[in-house]
Amino acid sequence: MATIYSEQKPPAASPPWADENAADEGARSERTRLRLPAWLPWLGGRVLSGLATAFVISILVFAATQALPSDPARVILGPDATEASIRTLQAQLGLDQPILVQYAKWAGRALTGEFGVSLDSSVPAGQIVADRFGNSAALMAVVLAIAVPLAFLGGVALAIRRDSRADNWAMNAIILFKALPAFVLAIGLILLLSTTVFPILPAVSLLDPEVSPLLQPVYLVLPALTLILTVAPFLLRLVRSAMIETLEADYVAAARLRGIPERRIVWAHAVPNALVPVIQGIALTSRLLLGGGLIVEVVFSYPGIGNALNAAIEVRDVPVIQAITLTMAVGVVLINLLADVATVLVTPKLRTSSRPRLRNGTRAKLKLKAGGV
Amino acid sequence: MTTKLSALRRDPQARLGLVFAGSVLAMALLGPAIAPQSPLALVGPTYGLPGDPGALLGYDYLGRDVLSRLLAGGRSVLWMSFAASAIALALGAVIGIAAGLSKRWIDHAVVWGTDVLLAFPDLILVLLVVSMLGREPWLIVLTVAVSFVPGVIRLARGVTLGVVSQEYVEAARLMGYPWWRVVLLEILPNIATPLLVHLGIMLTWAVGVLSGLSFLGYGVAPPAADWGLMINENRAGLMIQPWAVLAPVAMIGLFALGTNLLAESISRAGSRIGVRRGVKSRARTQMRGKKRRQRENQA
Amino acid sequence: MSVVPFVNALLQVRDLSVAIEDGPEIVGEVSFSVLPGEIVGVVGESGCGKTSIATALLGDSRAGAVISGGSVFLDGRDILALTEAERQKVRGAVISHVAQDPALALNPMRRIGSLLAEVLRVHLPDLGKPAREARIAEAAADVGLPATREFLRRFPHQLSGGQQQRVLLALAVLLRPRLIVLDEPTTALDVTTQARVLATLRDLCRTRGIGAVYVSHDLAVVRELVDRVVVLYAGHIVESGGRDQIFESPAHPYTRGLLDAVPDIAGRHAVRPIRGHAPALQDRPDGCRFAPRCALASASCAQRPGLRETGRDFGDRRLVACHHPIRDRRDDTPIASRLISAAAVQPLAVLEGVSASYGDSQVLFDVGLELPKGYCTALVGESGSGKTTFSRALVGAVEDVEGTFDYDGRRVRLSGERDIDLRRRIQYIFQNPFRALNPRQTVGQILRTAALHFFPIRSADADREVAEVLERVALAPELARRYPRDLSGGERQRVAIARALICKPELLICDEITSALDVSVQAAIIDLLRQLQRESGLTILFVTHDLGVVRAVADFVAVLQHGRIVEHGPADRLLDRPEHPYTRAPIADSPRLRATAG
Repeated sequence: MATIYSEQKPPAASPPWADENAADEGARSERTRLRLPAWLPWLGGRVLSGLATAFVISILVFAATQALPSDPARVILGPDATEASIRTLQAQLGLDQPILVQYAKWAGRALTGEFGVSLDSSVPAGQIVADRFGNSAALMAVVLAIAVPLAFLGGVALAIRRDSRADNWAMNAIILFKALPAFVLAIGLILLLSTTVFPILPAVSLLDPEVSPLLQPVYLVLPALTLILTVAPFLLRLVRSAMIETLEADYVAAARLRGIPERRIVWAHAVPNALVPVIQGIALTSRLLLGGGLIVEVVFSYPGIGNALNAAIEVRDVPVIQAITLTMAVGVVLINLLADVATVLVTPKLRTSSRPRLRNGTRAKLKLKAGGV
Repeated sequence: MTTKLSALRRDPQARLGLVFAGSVLAMALLGPAIAPQSPLALVGPTYGLPGDPGALLGYDYLGRDVLSRLLAGGRSVLWMSFAASAIALALGAVIGIAAGLSKRWIDHAVVWGTDVLLAFPDLILVLLVVSMLGREPWLIVLTVAVSFVPGVIRLARGVTLGVVSQEYVEAARLMGYPWWRVVLLEILPNIATPLLVHLGIMLTWAVGVLSGLSFLGYGVAPPAADWGLMINENRAGLMIQPWAVLAPVAMIGLFALGTNLLAESISRAGSRIGVRRGVKSRARTQMRGKKRRQRENQA
Repeated sequence: MSVVPFVNALLQVRDLSVAIEDGPEIVGEVSFSVLPGEIVGVVGESGCGKTSIATALLGDSRAGAVISGGSVFLDGRDILALTEAERQKVRGAVISHVAQDPALALNPMRRIGSLLAEVLRVHLPDLGKPAREARIAEAAADVGLPATREFLRRFPHQLSGGQQQRVLLALAVLLRPRLIVLDEPTTALDVTTQARVLATLRDLCRTRGIGAVYVSHDLAVVRELVDRVVVLYAGHIVESGGRDQIFESPAHPYTRGLLDAVPDIAGRHAVRPIRGHAPALQDRPDGCRFAPRCALASASCAQRPGLRETGRDFGDRRLVACHHPIRDRRDDTPIASRLISAAAVQPLAVLEGVSASYGDSQVLFDVGLELPKGYCTALVGESGSGKTTFSRALVGAVEDVEGTFDYDGRRVRLSGERDIDLRRRIQYIFQNPFRALNPRQTVGQILRTAALHFFPIRSADADREVAEVLERVALAPELARRYPRDLSGGERQRVAIARALICKPELLICDEITSALDVSVQAAIIDLLRQLQRESGLTILFVTHDLGVVRAVADFVAVLQHGRIVEHGPADRLLDRPEHPYTRAPIADSPRLRATAG
């Protein structure tokens, strides 16, 4: 078959008004497959920015616990403490040194996971974090493992049936669950499932510390259910609105007019484009899970990191407070970093660019779209 | 503006939200005046069930009248929620608009700063401060506001950038209108809707955080009446006297739901005001084509 | 309604109508036919329903709209009567569609090759991989794209606009359909790329016998490309017939008005606007829909005119829906160019050595330009040539700029603060009227603010000024109380011009101010500018990429190319006898409205 359009002018003669081959350079990086990915420098910058964020977070944690209170030792021990015990504590916390020295020493130790000894139980604070962290992680894993697929499938299904009766009802339910604070939900569930109506589940999570919480599902059900109900509506709505947006895109209409079957349009054309909001949304829920998780753990006496923080705050166990808040905040930074990397990886335009420009505030915008966290 | 208000009035969800939030608000404001008992007085049996004509909701763990405590216990959480949200809105809007109008590096610095603060889950930040610095109401309000500010900054900055890129703002600048005039007359009216929606959402969050805080025992100090505190105090008697827990839970839930419904319908009404498509979509196509070619030419 | 059936027609559309669900009709009683190998242009202004027709031909309607009646026979099969599954088989295989904006119509997550292969896999599942690759290579060759492995692995964003449009075209011809429907496929392309894509399309149709329906608002493109034309107004066909018949002797007053409104690069003729604007969907009149804007309207126009043959003299397959069809030829001989004596030309503004950059990239290189007082100078160039930067530099809106600027005998700094008087004397009008007016202020407030800002007048005086200026731009004084969202695009642009005029400027900088408007509205704006210039001796710098508009509006032209002025001179001389090769190419590639030799 002969080329019909053969009179492509040679590049030299083609006037620069033409743009026919202008994009060739952009594609060159794709051609050589062995080269390092184009976004590697971006990743470097992003990691640096994450480290800087972690540094500032450590300053904030330190400031709130040690620098801002006029006399942390007195705050910790309460008004009835003797002068001697206060002085002992001051020495133990190193409060007698200049503030910058205190911070430097504290941060240096924190880098090695060393946060000092719990004032309450004389166990190293790092140890407490490590012990409890597993339980919380198990809870969150269960929550995400159920909430993410649920929200994804539900969101896609609702987007396809947009404005149907089922969609309207689901949206109303979502607004309801999104509005309710986590502890209100938790108490509602206790009333429903472990006390008056259907007393079938334990209201308190008396985990056997020797066994993984995943093997004691009966204690996981209520806390996990509460968190799923706080997280899933938010995620589901995010998926739904992202899917609606892509289903309305020109390329979906174009695919439809090429005779591509509807099922294929949804899964091969629309869903991949709705991935980015979902990835960023999952990152956003990590904040929600950590904050809501604390209350839920307290309500159900679930022996997780949130409950430990609550207990530490009650007795002003500064080393433990510092260890846990720092871990949580740095964890959020890390999750955001991973989400950004995943975003770049699934978006061809970002992946092939040497300067991927993740729109600033993507997350904040998402938050609004889904009606807030 | 008027069309938007009328659209809101027709929206059944907006009306429902208004009824919910309004009645809870009215109850919290008027409650102390119409409470049959003093919220602190021990007037009945511990965990006494409803039944007495004077105690519709029974008695709490110390034998205080639940209804009276319910009527008295809304003020604190509501005023603190409003105060925190309003402060956050004002502070965040000022910083966000300023960032949106500033040079790039200042803007970047502000965005990065919000990133740092956003790494703390709201409640954790508040807990951290409250546990070490004390539980005075103004301190709690301020901390909650601070924890909300990054979100407002991001939002205000985003919408400001959107508005500033519109030619009418540039036109105002080229005319030489003073900067405050540009901000107050050209920018602010056009970003008001998303900010208002956000205020509604923040109210929902604030009620959650503040009642959660007193539920954990770091908010209003006992023996004062407060919904979150009531839930905490009476939790142990959930099996015997559920009303003492259920009533404040319902109040908090109802108010959060009401503000959320309102915010939802404001944002719907705001997005409904669109421009006719036809001409605009072609103009957009052309402009996109132009922009792309511009990029290609510069590359 | 009688339509002469064509036995050999490839596509026959009969009484097609599309409506908003439970609402007004978008298009109605649309009937036309396409012969094999024939390209039929469907033309009309925005809102006339041409995009709805384009998708309805494939049995699709956008969300919220439904195909409410009629039939679309393709090769004897009624597409609208097919089941959804059958229709899916037909789409892409027998009839295909090319969308408006190639950047949006290609899925950003999918490689070009996978998009092409998907179509084959869905429609021809039995085809093996080698056969698929052969088909793809063939289609790519047909549309002038390389079919290398590397190219097929690219993502849409790694292609230029022209290449993207060719990919869409390849997707459309991949299954060798009988008919292609193209919906303004070149709107987002520059003239040279557009010319090449159109050449490819024409060759495809000729050699393969593929029929095409080309939907467009651009009359010049249609004139160059199609065999027959269907003219739409407000959802109805007003006229259809052979290309030359329609363009040389349009019988419907709307067609004639439309042609009179289009500025043509081929020769200067006065552009004449059509009064009023097209009715909104729910306000369309019962009788002839054009009657309220028609100069020939009479009592009989209250009756809906049917689309019919209007006598032998109109020729074969020539249909007009009008009670008063016009029978004479359209006069499109250009008017003589204005002679400008060198002595009369005095510069109002002189710019020399203007260089500007954004960040690291320099946009303007040593640009010099004189703006003659009382004349209109057009600044033309492709996107990215720096013309907007240059015009913005004149009002001090570019930070990083050097060069000298003498305004009215006074040396003015290009960057930095300007005094209020200079701001008043140089006014800038923006491209997009939908973004140029604050949606939260009434027209009156917008105008008053400007008047009170520049002149020490009392509030009542400002109101009078507002009324006066609205009259000057031919807007009703009641409009002062309206918000911009209540106005049409043309009205908004008039308000933007009024905002400039109320400042009593000397120099008006118009940045592509008509590119977002329909041609009949564009003509009105051009008309207004010419009139203002005549009446108050305004000096105008008209920035544009549309050489037809240049012909209609400008006395002088400067051509900007990659940040340098490559040619500068009187408009007619430059457009008729361009000297610089960079000027010649786009002038040659621009589609013309008037029949050109050969």
